[in-house]
Amino acid sequence: MRSALFLLSVVAMIAMAFWAYRENHNTRQAMAERTALTREIASLTEAISVQRAEWAYLNRPDRLRELVILNFDRLLLLPMGAQQFGSVTQVVYPEPISDPAELLDEGIEVFGAIEHVAEFGANEEQLP
Amino acid sequence: MIRTPLRPLARILQARAQGENPDHIERENLRLRVEAAREKSRKRAESRLLVMAMLFLGGFVLIGAQMALQAATEPMQVQRGAVEAISSERAEILDRQGRILATNLTTHALYAETRHMIDPVRAAQELGRIFDDVDAAQLERQFTDPNRRFVWVRPRLSPEQRQAVHDIGEPGLMFGPRKMRLYPNGSLAAHVLGGASFGEQGVRAAEIIGVAGVEHHYDERLRDPALVDQPLSLTIDLTLQAVVTEVLSSGVRMLNARGASAVLMDSRSGEVLVLASLPDFDPNLRPPPPTEGEPADSVLFNRAVQGYYELGSVMKSFTVAQALDEGMITPETMLDTRTPMQVGRFRISDFRNYGPQLSTTDVIVRSSNVATARLAQRIGAESQRAFLDQLGFLEGVPIELAETRRARPLLPGNWSELSAMTISYGHGLSTSPLQLASGYATLVNGGYRVQPTLEKGQGGMGARVISERTSAQLRYMLHQVVERGTASFARIPGYGVGGKTGSADKPRSTGGYYENKVLATFAGAFPMDDPRYVLIVTLDEPVDTTGSEARRTAGWTAVPVAGEIVRRVAPLMGLEPRPVAEIDLAVRNALTAAR
Repeated sequence: MRSALFLLSVVAMIAMAFWAYRENHNTRQAMAERTALTREIASLTEAISVQRAEWAYLNRPDRLRELVILNFDRLLLLPMGAQQFGSVTQVVYPEPISDPAELLDEGIEVFGAIEHVAEFGANEEQLP
Repeated sequence: MIRTPLRPLARILQARAQGENPDHIERENLRLRVEAAREKSRKRAESRLLVMAMLFLGGFVLIGAQMALQAATEPMQVQRGAVEAISSERAEILDRQGRILATNLTTHALYAETRHMIDPVRAAQELGRIFDDVDAAQLERQFTDPNRRFVWVRPRLSPEQRQAVHDIGEPGLMFGPRKMRLYPNGSLAAHVLGGASFGEQGVRAAEIIGVAGVEHHYDERLRDPALVDQPLSLTIDLTLQAVVTEVLSSGVRMLNARGASAVLMDSRSGEVLVLASLPDFDPNLRPPPPTEGEPADSVLFNRAVQGYYELGSVMKSFTVAQALDEGMITPETMLDTRTPMQVGRFRISDFRNYGPQLSTTDVIVRSSNVATARLAQRIGAESQRAFLDQLGFLEGVPIELAETRRARPLLPGNWSELSAMTISYGHGLSTSPLQLASGYATLVNGGYRVQPTLEKGQGGMGARVISERTSAQLRYMLHQVVERGTASFARIPGYGVGGKTGSADKPRSTGGYYENKVLATFAGAFPMDDPRYVLIVTLDEPVDTTGSEARRTAGWTAVPVAGEIVRRVAPLMGLEPRPVAEIDLAVRNALTAAR
């Protein structure tokens, strides 16, 4: 009885030691991973801040003004003025459709893959 | 201790007498003695065990508590470089719509560790070739100096320069990472932002410290490690700032002005949307402070905040406001305008003769010095001083800029009746454009004091200074100035601009005033039936040479510029133009309702 108990405790100790070793190993692994991630986050944050700074620099009012002047032939952009305000009544709304059949006559545009099912319930084939 | 004998004589004798074996008694006593000894040692062992158990228990409790404590605390990320003493982090500065005004960029600094250097002479020569501003001979001396182990070469490198230095192939030349403050919009809002420079330097990092403007005022806040992730939002609007600066600088060019400033402020919250001062500078390359000449001529000088000038007729509005508020007059009261007016040996005269009398409204519309001076006489010096103090004209404006700390208005030493009269039309008391903006905000917003602010969400209305009725009367009068008075060039259809002009002769440093140097100011607000924005434009020594003779008064200089600013800026702020008659009616209705 006594020797069995002793044996059991030795086995338990070995098991515990193995578990502790594994936990330790996992922890180190996780810490290494975390360090790598932190480093990556830092470098990405850095990259984002550089991009933001660059975006702000490219969008600075001086440059935009120059671009507007350079591209005036094509874009015809002018400073915003009071005459550009309109009222809701000036917005053109589409005419209400009287007969839905008219709409169908014009054909319906379909986007994406079309599934074609054969007449007699045969194999389905897919058209690209 | 008394030992009981193993063979007590009395009991032995008694036992012998009864024919018992006395050895039994001895054995019995021996047994008792052994038992007692055993009992004693057991007790001792027990107490020792107890002490041991207590010790172990204490130990376990200690360890357990420590473990529990660690389990309970928030897991914290160990930051790389967190051990470094110098923090180069600095929060961003954004405008009111979240666009970047100041941010950080990583660059590298170049330094040399001489003990690692292989060919210091060649390295110095190569560096001299790469950088124009590096003295190769001096660098060579520093590199070969046996007492030196460390030399800073340059605080900032561009990527190309870094590659070029790298290509020298000298192991003793090293790069230290640096955060650099970047102002992507160049000189826009330069006077607001100020600038930054390096403070304490280490190999791995350098402190960035604000040297002027908002950067200096909020230095602690921007460097606070807990708030580094939260950008500082200003009330400045980048688009409006750009538009106003553009209009102002073309005004300066066309009118040959020495400088100019503009303030656009929310009349209720005091939030400053635009604060421009020309000439300006690039905060990325902030020039050193001037060592000679007038500090006010430097590009670093913020005219809108630091520039305390006598602003002339724009101050008349305050005199009239006080007289109206105290019930001395109404907008229709006829005031004496006979010019010139003799006060002691001092003579006050008008720009031109307006006849014997004008109504209060017309005194403002046509800007009569004489009538305003007479009003000041009736108000009295003490009362005028108290009123201007309530409006904040007697002390500096506490806005969030480092420059305002020392800027103070010039007050007359003795606030006599004569100085009260000159102050009533804007001479003898210096005022900054920002201060004027805050004063005009009070005049038009219903009478509440407003503190200008640059930090978003910090504004708000203060105590009441004048009544709602006075404010409505002034709105009407200021609207009339633009509709049919000295500021007719600011009449932008649909926006109901109102305001007052001021053309002040510039004082000579030697005393007296210049004949042909004028500070032209327009102070106004729009839309006048419910003014949301206050606009101040000042031009320093403008001359309009388009006519047959040079014109310097504000009506020909500051007012057209202000009008153009309103025309460009109002649509951008989403203000829809309204029929002129509608605004006019609303202003008049407010006037009759206030009566």
